[in-house]
Amino acid sequence: MIELVFKLLEIVLIIALLIPIAAMLVWVERRMIGIWQDRLGPNRVGPIGILQSVADLLKILGKEDWVPPFSDRLVFILAPVIGAVCVLMSFAVMPFSPSIGVSDLNIGLLFFLAMASLAVYSVVLAGWASNSKYALLGGMRAAAQTVSYEVFMGLSVMGVVLLTGTFNLREIVLAQQEGWFIQTQFVGFIIFLIAGIAESHRLPFDLPEAETELTAGFHTEYSGLKFALFFLGEYLGVTLISAMSVVLFFGGWLMPEPLASWLPPLLWFILKVFLFVLFFILLRTSLPRPRFDQLLSFGWKYMLPLALFNLLLTAVFKLTGGFYG
Amino acid sequence: MAATHTNKALDFSTKNDWQQANVIDIYQEIIALAPDVELMPVTAVENVVDDIPSFWLDKAKLCSVMQALKHDLSKPFDMCFDLTAIDETERQHKAKFISDFTVSYHLRSHARNQDIRLKVAVSHLDKKLESVTSFWPNANWYEREVWDMFGIEFIGHPYLCRILMPKTWQGHPLLKTHPARATELAPFTLPPDEQDKEQQALKFSPEAWGMKRQNKHNDFMFLNLGPNHPSVHGAFRIVLQMDGEEIVDCVPDIGYHHRGAEKMGERQSWHSYIPYTDRIDYLGGVMNNFPYVMAVEKLAGITVPDRAKVIRIMTAEMFRILSHLLFYGTFAQDIGALSPIFYMFIDREKLFGIIEAFTGARMHPSWFRIGGVAHDLPQGWEKLVRDYVNYLPKRLDEYEKMVMQNALLKKRTVDIGAYSSKEALEWGVTGPGLRATGYAWDMRKQRPYSGYDQFDFEVPIGHKGDCYDRCRVRVEEMRQSIRIIEQCLNNMPQGPYKAEHPQTTPPDKARTMQDIDTLIPHFVNVTWGPVIPAGEVATFVEATKGIMGYHLISDGSTMSYRTRIRTPSFAHLQMLPLISKGQMVADLIATLGSIDYVMADVDR
Repeated sequence: MIELVFKLLEIVLIIALLIPIAAMLVWVERRMIGIWQDRLGPNRVGPIGILQSVADLLKILGKEDWVPPFSDRLVFILAPVIGAVCVLMSFAVMPFSPSIGVSDLNIGLLFFLAMASLAVYSVVLAGWASNSKYALLGGMRAAAQTVSYEVFMGLSVMGVVLLTGTFNLREIVLAQQEGWFIQTQFVGFIIFLIAGIAESHRLPFDLPEAETELTAGFHTEYSGLKFALFFLGEYLGVTLISAMSVVLFFGGWLMPEPLASWLPPLLWFILKVFLFVLFFILLRTSLPRPRFDQLLSFGWKYMLPLALFNLLLTAVFKLTGGFYG
Repeated sequence: MAATHTNKALDFSTKNDWQQANVIDIYQEIIALAPDVELMPVTAVENVVDDIPSFWLDKAKLCSVMQALKHDLSKPFDMCFDLTAIDETERQHKAKFISDFTVSYHLRSHARNQDIRLKVAVSHLDKKLESVTSFWPNANWYEREVWDMFGIEFIGHPYLCRILMPKTWQGHPLLKTHPARATELAPFTLPPDEQDKEQQALKFSPEAWGMKRQNKHNDFMFLNLGPNHPSVHGAFRIVLQMDGEEIVDCVPDIGYHHRGAEKMGERQSWHSYIPYTDRIDYLGGVMNNFPYVMAVEKLAGITVPDRAKVIRIMTAEMFRILSHLLFYGTFAQDIGALSPIFYMFIDREKLFGIIEAFTGARMHPSWFRIGGVAHDLPQGWEKLVRDYVNYLPKRLDEYEKMVMQNALLKKRTVDIGAYSSKEALEWGVTGPGLRATGYAWDMRKQRPYSGYDQFDFEVPIGHKGDCYDRCRVRVEEMRQSIRIIEQCLNNMPQGPYKAEHPQTTPPDKARTMQDIDTLIPHFVNVTWGPVIPAGEVATFVEATKGIMGYHLISDGSTMSYRTRIRTPSFAHLQMLPLISKGQMVADLIATLGSIDYVMADVDR
């Protein structure tokens, strides 16, 4: 009984931390983009603008909770909730540190992939329920993009699964005590990262919401709290993909000695994740956006064969004992 | 590729401005091809002071002359440069051929480097005329504009409807009988039922444009892009007929930024109209003043002093850089690259600082004056300009890596939105959009004005005429502009910055207290504004977006009788359906970005 209470407490704590972190990321992103674009970014609310997200949240809370009369009401409201919930669910299998983590699911990785695929319903349903042409085009793009990129996202992590022989994320981290998988699975990592960016709809893969083309894509008709949920979902998604990259390829909370003794494992984990988040933001400031069909053909023509090849190579090495004997 | 130091002294002693070739030749050539046509040269009363050969012709013979000019002539006239009308009902200096309305066709032959102006008189009893859209596809919008503004009907026009005014508008605004000020009209109201009617009128009906709602396999989707959309650069609406994400056809809808700039010209003194010109191409600043003051000077017979000429060229080139930098950044942004525009805004900011030091204003200095510029350059201007001339090329080198060499950007723009030189001329495209097709036609080289012949610069051209080339040409033009500015810096002539001429506005004040002959014109010019002699003139400059020009008719008063503004963006948008067919939405956005239009320039 006590154990259950503790578990619930842990879940509540993680969610209570994750959501403010995602909100803070909005500020971090705007601030970092500001620096990289030779301007200041938000610096008015609180010291160096750190309370900007709070101000944004208050503003959004004060907005009218409006549902367009021409939309499909129920689905319209449900769509942003699905997105945020799916991403939050994925964190259930995340091993944050040796002792923190909601569930040691033995199919943790599969669970993550399943949740990532479910999240696309949020975008597709939003596009459909809005009953607006821009939203529909955005939803359509999201569906095509996710279907294509999911395929090789799954394939890209199979190399890691082959090497460890498990889907359990905690065991995957522990298997990296000899060396991070980035050394042996570099190609897998690159593919995973690209697919991850596509999954989280960040530039250069932000076609479902491509501002210059579709005004705001699938969330054109959204405002107020429901829009905030999409926003939250996106930033949680960025965190999720970053955390997943760290877990799968960068040893999770592990660090080689003597670095490991400098900071507790959890902080190391957070630090690594944060570096990835910064990388996501930097991408947004530096790259143009490909065209929809170019993006798809890039996925199917280059990424998929590469992922398959990587898998094949890993299997061969594993059979012949190439990596770790 | 930094700007090279040139110290060639500028020599304005000989008048090297371009002049039209022999008028008589073209007259005889046309007569030989169309013997039944009677071409009457313009009369002395009209006092056409530009050197464009101008003829009156009978409206029944319009099409046969167009046939001769467009198809039969060796080295034919390949561009319908401008088409407009004049309401002559209140004209005092009425020449022999003038009736109630005049429709004026301005055609251009690039091979001959010659223009021709044809005038057709139309009576108010029979306000009809043959359409020339079968000869010049771009006459389509011009004729719609004339119909919209004057109510002259064009027989055989494919779809004659309002273009600048709302569909529900009553009357024709450029008629002399139409009030020019809101105070002359009843107070404006918009009750709910009226509003519904207005909104209903904006609804797009594919059938009216001859579009089908479905084909054998699919239903088409009609996407309303604009008038408020992040990528249409202003209030511009395009209705896309789409099959999935592919564009089958589109209808550009303009007029949302129309503020009656031409009508205002008829109510402002020659001098006080200058600030209005700034707002035509609102990114062009003094570049807009340029053709207007040149036109008025030509009418008044003012010779501008050398120093004023060089100052004008220098500031105009600065605004070319300002406009192109904004284009560069927004173009990259339309492709999805968010950062370049912020770096370029820093460069623009620095240059605006210089403009501010010169003129006291930034985007809209209204700084040119009839006969010169508003004031002399400030002390220490050389250092400001020299620093900037040394600063910008390095930044452009960085942008080259960031934008032009980016593989994703190339993928999005190379071979996208391409058109050929022939199509460009057919649709009246000028400026960088024409040069990107490999057609090296720059007004500053081909028809030098205001002393441009004294400067060393090259005309950058592209090859494919696609989005990428249009950007490339503009980037190179910035480097050439720096070259020109550097030459201005090294060779700035001494002397007055304003002509000594009674019509110069504001007139020279130094001697007013000494002699009555200066005092009286000064008093009159400052109170009424200058009285410009009756006449007609059209002048053009190579502006930031293409060739911009003013066609002015003076009736010998303190205000213009008719102010026609020929803007490049109007022509460029008209060919959008041609280039966008078969594109995807994302390509259309890239194409729109690469055209570099300003809606204020389109709608006037």
